Parts: sequence; C-alpha cells; structure tokens
Amino acid sequence: MRLLAQVAAVTALTIRTIPQRAGSSTVAVVGITGVVVVFVAVLSIAEGFRAAMLGAGSPDTAIVMRGGSDTELSSAFDLDSSRIIKDAPGVQRTERGPVASAELFVVVDVPKRSTGTSANVPLRGVEPAAFDIRGEVRIVEGRAFRPGTNEIIAGRAAVAQFAGIDLGATQRWGENAWQVVGIFEADGTIAESEIWCDARVLAPAYRRGDTVQSVYARLESAESFDTFRDALTADPRLDVMVERETDYYAGQSELITGIITGIGTLVAILMGIGAVFGAINTMYTAVATRSREIATLRALGFSSLPVVISVMIESVLLSATGGVIGGMLAYFAFDNFQTSTINWQTFSQVAFAFMVTPALTVQGVLIAVTMGFVGGLFPAIRAARLPVATALRAL
Amino acid sequence: MKYLPLVWKNLFRRKVRTFFTVGSIVVAFVLFAYLMAVRQAFSGGVSVAGADRLLVIHKVSLIQPMPESYRGRIASIDGVADLSFAQWFGGIYQDPRNFFAQFAVDPESYLRLYPEIVLTAEERERWVGNRTGAILGRATADRFGFEVGDRIPLQGTIFRTPDDAPWEFTIDGIYEAGEEGYDTSTMYFHYNYLAETNDAYRQIGQFVIRVDDPARAVDVAAAVDARFANSPAETKTTTEEAFLQGFADQVGNIGAILTAILSAVFFTILVIAANTMAQAIRERTSELAVLKTLGFTDRKVLLLVLLESMALAVAGGAIGLGLGFLLTNLGDPTGGFLPVFGVPSGDWLIGVGLTLLLGLATGILPGVQATRLRIVTALRKT
Repeated sequence: MRLLAQVAAVTALTIRTIPQRAGSSTVAVVGITGVVVVFVAVLSIAEGFRAAMLGAGSPDTAIVMRGGSDTELSSAFDLDSSRIIKDAPGVQRTERGPVASAELFVVVDVPKRSTGTSANVPLRGVEPAAFDIRGEVRIVEGRAFRPGTNEIIAGRAAVAQFAGIDLGATQRWGENAWQVVGIFEADGTIAESEIWCDARVLAPAYRRGDTVQSVYARLESAESFDTFRDALTADPRLDVMVERETDYYAGQSELITGIITGIGTLVAILMGIGAVFGAINTMYTAVATRSREIATLRALGFSSLPVVISVMIESVLLSATGGVIGGMLAYFAFDNFQTSTINWQTFSQVAFAFMVTPALTVQGVLIAVTMGFVGGLFPAIRAARLPVATALRAL
Repeated sequence: MKYLPLVWKNLFRRKVRTFFTVGSIVVAFVLFAYLMAVRQAFSGGVSVAGADRLLVIHKVSLIQPMPESYRGRIASIDGVADLSFAQWFGGIYQDPRNFFAQFAVDPESYLRLYPEIVLTAEERERWVGNRTGAILGRATADRFGFEVGDRIPLQGTIFRTPDDAPWEFTIDGIYEAGEEGYDTSTMYFHYNYLAETNDAYRQIGQFVIRVDDPARAVDVAAAVDARFANSPAETKTTTEEAFLQGFADQVGNIGAILTAILSAVFFTILVIAANTMAQAIRERTSELAVLKTLGFTDRKVLLLVLLESMALAVAGGAIGLGLGFLLTNLGDPTGGFLPVFGVPSGDWLIGVGLTLLLGLATGILPGVQATRLRIVTALRKT
C-alpha cells in the first residue's frame, strides 16, 4: 500500500514537471508521432487496396478460367465450353436459366483525370446474369446498357479517376464508338473501377470471335463449390480452372499489397529504431535535469522502485500522446483518400480509397507505447541508481 | 589539429547521448538509401530510356496485338534506321508468385537496338543460333539460381504448346546491364519458337524503332501513326521515355506518396538528431565562455563547435550510407516485386552532401551563438 502511495506521489510530481522539460519532451512526442503517422498511412494504402479487391468476392460465386491462366486477361475458351460450364451441377438456376455470365475482359486506354496521362482501364463484356451474380452492382445514374448496342456503363470510381467516361460521353476505342448511358456503384469494390458493356458486342469489336475469357457463376450455396469444381475438372471436354471469386481476388491483390506492406514494414521498423533512440535521449535528459529532485526524493525516504515506475510512466505517456496524435493525423490526412494504381497482375487500373481502420490506429498506438516502454527503461534504471549524495551535491 | 583531443573529449562526455544521436543519424541515412531505391523502382527506368528509340503499340491498348506484316511497312518509313519488336509472353515459372517478365523477340535485331543488354560474344552467338534458347537478366538469374545451360520450363498462359505442356527454354546467356539502372529481370527468347508453334501466335505487341536522327523522333512517330490510321489496328508511337513514363504514370501517385512519406521520415529523424546535437552544445555555454576567457578567438570557438557537429554527422552519415548500400544491395524488401531496385550512384553523392549539410546546420547556430557570447554574462549564468 505504501509503495502504491509512493508511486502515485512520485508520478504526480513527474507529470507536473513535464512542462519544465517541454523542449525535449516535444522532440520525443514528435518523433513518435512521425512513426505512427508513417506506419498507419502506409498500411492504410495496402488496407484500402485489399478492401477494394476482397470486398468484390462472394464465397458463393465461382470464376472459371482456362487451366493454367493466372488472370482473366490471359484466359480464353470457346463459347461451347462456356455453355457446358453454365449447365454444370451446383450453379444456381432461375426461370431465366443458370445464373452465370460468360465474360470478356480487355483494357482500353483512358486518360487519368488528375494528370491526363493514359491509364489501362478494364472494359468488361458481360451477360445479363452478371447483375444477379454481383448483387452489389446497381445503376445510380442513367440506365443499364441495352443488349446488342454499343452502350457502356461506367463504375463510379472509374468515372471519378478517369476522364471522358462521364454520363452521356462518347468514346472511340478501335473502330467502335461507345456511349456512356449509365453510372453504377458496387460498394467501392473493384467492379467500380471497370466499364461494362454487352459481351456479344465486345467480342466482334475486339475480334474475339466465339471465345470468352471467363465464366462467373453464382452457386446454389457456398458449399456447392466442390461439386461444381469437381464436375468441371473431371469433364474431358474442358481444360479449366475453377476458383472461388474471393480466392481469385485475394490472389490478384497479392502483388500490390506485398509491395506496399514490404516497404511499409521496413520503413516503420527503421523509423521505430530512430524514434526509440530519440526517446531514450529525451528520457536521459529528463532524468539528468531532475537528478537533484530525484535525489531529494530518495533522501526523503522514497525507495527506488517508485522512481523507476514514474520515469517509465512519463516515457509511456509521452509516446502514447505521440501515438494518439499520429493516429489522428493519419486518419484526417489519409482516410478515404481516393486514388488509383495499376494492378500488374491484371494489367489494369484499380481505383480505391485509403482506409485508416480502427485496428490500424490501435496498432499504431500500441507500437508507440512499446517504443515509450523501451525508451524509458534504461533512463529509469539510471534514475534509480543515481547515487543520492553525489546528485545532491551537483549544481 | 591540436584541438582534436578536446573535440574528442567533448563528444564522449555523454557517451550514451552521442551513441544514440549517431544511431539516429545512421537510421536516417539507411532510410535515405531506401528512399532513393524506391524512387528509382517506381520511376520505371525512365532515366535510362534511349533517346533515339521509339515504341509502337496498338492504339487501343498495349494488350492488343498488331499484325506481323507491320514489320515491313514500318521499316520502309523514312527516318526509321533500324527496327525490332517484342511480344509479351506472360509465362509462369512454377508459381505465379515467381513473376518475371518474358518477351519473345527477334534476337539479332533486338540486341542491335538494345546495346544495354550486355552478353559475351560467345553467349550471343549461342543464343542467336538456338531456336529454343533464351537469355536472362542477372537479377532474375540470381533470384532463382539459374545458370547458363539450365533448362527452364514456363507454363504458358496466353500462348500454349500444342499439348499444353510447359514451354522449355535453355539459358544461353545471362546478361548484365550495360547502363546503370537498366532492368535485368527480363527474359528474352526467340519469337520464331513461339510463331512456329501456332500460326495464331503470329502477332506482335510492340515494335521498337531506332530513328536516324533523334531530333526527328516526333516526325517519325507521326509518320508511323499516319501510315496505319483508319486501319483495323491503329498504332500509337511514342519515344521510349514517354512510353516508360506512361508506365510509371499508370502506377499513379502511390509511388509519389511512398516517396513523400519516406522523405518526411528522413527529415523528421534528422531534425530530432539535429536538435539533440544543438542542445548538447547549448548546455555548455559557460564552458565556451571559459575557453574565450582563456584567449580562444571567436573563430576558433566556432571551429571547435563545428568540428564536433561535423564529427557526429559524418560518423552517422558514413555508417548509415554504408549500411544502406549493403542493405539495398541485398535486393528489394518486397521479395522480387520491384525489378529495378538499387540506389543510382548520383544519389550517393546527394547522401554525402546531406551529411555535410547536417553537420554544418547543426553546428552553425549554436556555434555562432557561442561567438556572440559576452563572457561576463555567460559566466554569471552558472
């Protein structure tokens, strides 16, 4: 009990004297703030990208591509195969037939709004069932394209990032002119970065003949995936690869998230080391300037443990302050920051928003606290070991 | 020189602080090395683009192929001194994660157009004569431990062998970069190997033109595009630099944001370290006054202070840049996602410059303050 009272008393004293050391304390706080901002900001890029990619998938949707293809872009099979796939067991059926869409995926050159430089924007040819498969896709402006015409609809994120695909605009790609008749939203997922049109119009325009690149199929349930996959892979007429949509998009996001988290982690570690060094210096200075005060406390009969604890608390408090400020700065500066980048795996643009999630912020603060703990440890021990007589005599 | 022991003693009066200050500077300069490497990686090799090379791609997008017949039609355009082409292959080595670029090319003309691809005469001869041969860049060879003579199987994605077995290539040579920063992650093999497997594969993704006069590059580009205007496959011809810049632009501001963050980090750490260094000198105001009482001139005091801050900055900078050199040479931190990863040699000079600047900046302010010090006031403070 007495120990607790001592700790409380010494800590209160320590905290009250922080303003006297405002300069060096600020340096420590700034350093830690920096680490947390960087950590949270960089990982929010990866987080946002992953959310756009993963949010797109549904576990009860399967994507079928040619065997050995890693993306839709390099996949191709004929219409006959696509019919066999649609009739396979496990595919959900309505009165309009199987809920499956044989799709084409090409990229078109569209300038970025921000820089005017050209960007590979995905143009997807779909069948009517595509809207049933991707329940999140809904037209928010204009209307859906009429089958058989050169009409296109553009995703909300694509319209925001790329120029010339606003509602009513006409675009020439190759020999065809395409008219934008609608804008759709898809809960911020990757579909929103795409432009959609009728697959039957896209095929001749891109000389794809009777081929398609992928079949998206809504399954009866998430569990019927195995039935569906086994039926297709066992079929001698087909050479296909079946993946759950969620797994497919997770694979597609690997490269970019790998790059960003790789760099981000490295920077955060390095910067963490730098900030811990800064914190250690600050706390040593704090202990040095207070040596007479600490020695007086010891002379009055306070034991060394409360002194150690109070120094540690000061250090952790300072860094936690830095952590919270950093988390907030990162949130206000980067959350929901809209951008787009090329996903090398599909060779096309993905528009997404940075996401500063609560989990990221909490992680940032935890890192800050850890740094404060490490930074305070040695100076605290130094404070405890301070020889009372010498310290009192100094100055 | 005789003051060195004094500077030395001052540096080590607080060993811990000196240690951690130098430590922060080291960390800052390791970050600097990574910053420069990341910037280079995201710039997509624009700095090494050949000024006399033009790239011709399909107007709609890079993934659309052009007919083989364009070869002859482009070659006959006035101003085209030399011509080659490349076709993206997109094969998978064992696992999609092991990504590296592969192009089907015409070996002789391609090597002529790209003197940056450096092979020994023997390697070159062997490759040109071997239809299933391939050459591989140093970076990728090191990444997978490939050696000349190895056979690599690549599973085709766009292009398939008749029985859908993997394509087999023999490594005839491992090329080095003839110019710093040139990408050595790519594999090149014979276009004929691809084209003779299936007639449908007779298509070309990009043509490379060498113009006879770089000053006329824009005119030649316009002439090429005019030749194919209103045809089923219209073209877009740009300088190689613009083409690579286009690639970098596709990545968008992610690279810029990462670079900005790294720069912010670098300067934050420097400011913190600088503050500590300046503080270490401010603490000793009275000592400096004593030195001046003893007859040290203002210039000597300033010099002493500067020597001290320089010593810290140079020690930290040298260790940091050295460590940064070692670490960035280990390869990129993302495990092969960034093919060109390294610090351009010019940037090391910037690093050295920043080190000196840091020493100067941290020393000059407290140093000048020390010279302006009135001895009486300073001595009274204690």
